[in-house]
Amino acid sequence: MSHAAEDIKKHVRTYIAVFVALAGLTVVTVGVSYLHLTMPIAVTVALVIATIKSSLVAAYFMHLISERRLIHSILVTTLLLFIAMILIIFFTDQGVMSRGIHS
Amino acid sequence: MSTAVIHYIDEPHPVTGVTNSKLGIWLFIASEIMLFGALFSSYIILRVGNPAWPQGWTVLNVPLATLNTMILITSSVTMVMSWAALMTNRFDRFRLYMGLTILLGLGFMVVKGFEYSHKFHHEHFPWTNNFYGIYFTLTGLHGLHVLGGILVNLYFLLTGSKLWKANPTMFAGRIEAAGLYWHFVDLVWIFLFPSIYLL
Repeated sequence: MSHAAEDIKKHVRTYIAVFVALAGLTVVTVGVSYLHLTMPIAVTVALVIATIKSSLVAAYFMHLISERRLIHSILVTTLLLFIAMILIIFFTDQGVMSRGIHS
Repeated sequence: MSTAVIHYIDEPHPVTGVTNSKLGIWLFIASEIMLFGALFSSYIILRVGNPAWPQGWTVLNVPLATLNTMILITSSVTMVMSWAALMTNRFDRFRLYMGLTILLGLGFMVVKGFEYSHKFHHEHFPWTNNFYGIYFTLTGLHGLHVLGGILVNLYFLLTGSKLWKANPTMFAGRIEAAGLYWHFVDLVWIFLFPSIYLL
């Protein structure tokens, strides 16, 4: 085993802290949704909170914070392709964009 | 007959610096990111192009989905604790945390079952409209991933002690890989929940 028992005990404390943060952020994102903000602001807030939550999961539960460069390279490549696919809307019919997001 | 030996599953490969199992599970997760990404992209295009798209919270059960979010987050913690238990040579604790992870996963599926049956009762089906089409596709595919994770975790819980005694490093590596998958499924839900239910 590469991890000493003392190290793992420290990890466990981090896992608990991350759990508290994730639960807290879930309460925040649900709470904000009840404010019924305008669509662009609501989307921004929801995505920012989701990005923070997923970064916590990836960094600590999935150990990306101490992972090898190769794994990071694979993920950066994948995320670039992912973002390109999400932004595909900008390459579609102009009319779709000009209609905007309706609430 | 010679037995095939798979190398570098209990020690890092000298070139990559990680075990082949870890590299494999990360490549699988990369393909999963693209799978869910395609569906999220479809969702955005369908929604932006439809002026009559309902806001999630007006038609879906937000408290129930919030409960499921909490269940899944908790299950991610118990999953990582089951791996940490192996790293401190506590197989009994591994069993406890892995059992909890499986129960929480089943809890998620039960809540999802209530949610779906309520929708079916009100005659909302995947073919009802584009909203329910994307709702059932995204949450359904995610649910299948949860189910797959439960089955893998159950396999390790029921058969793990043999490999643990024979090769603890390899077994811990398998649990780490199963954990990476499970956390990814949690991660997908972290984006699914606000984008389908809250917006």
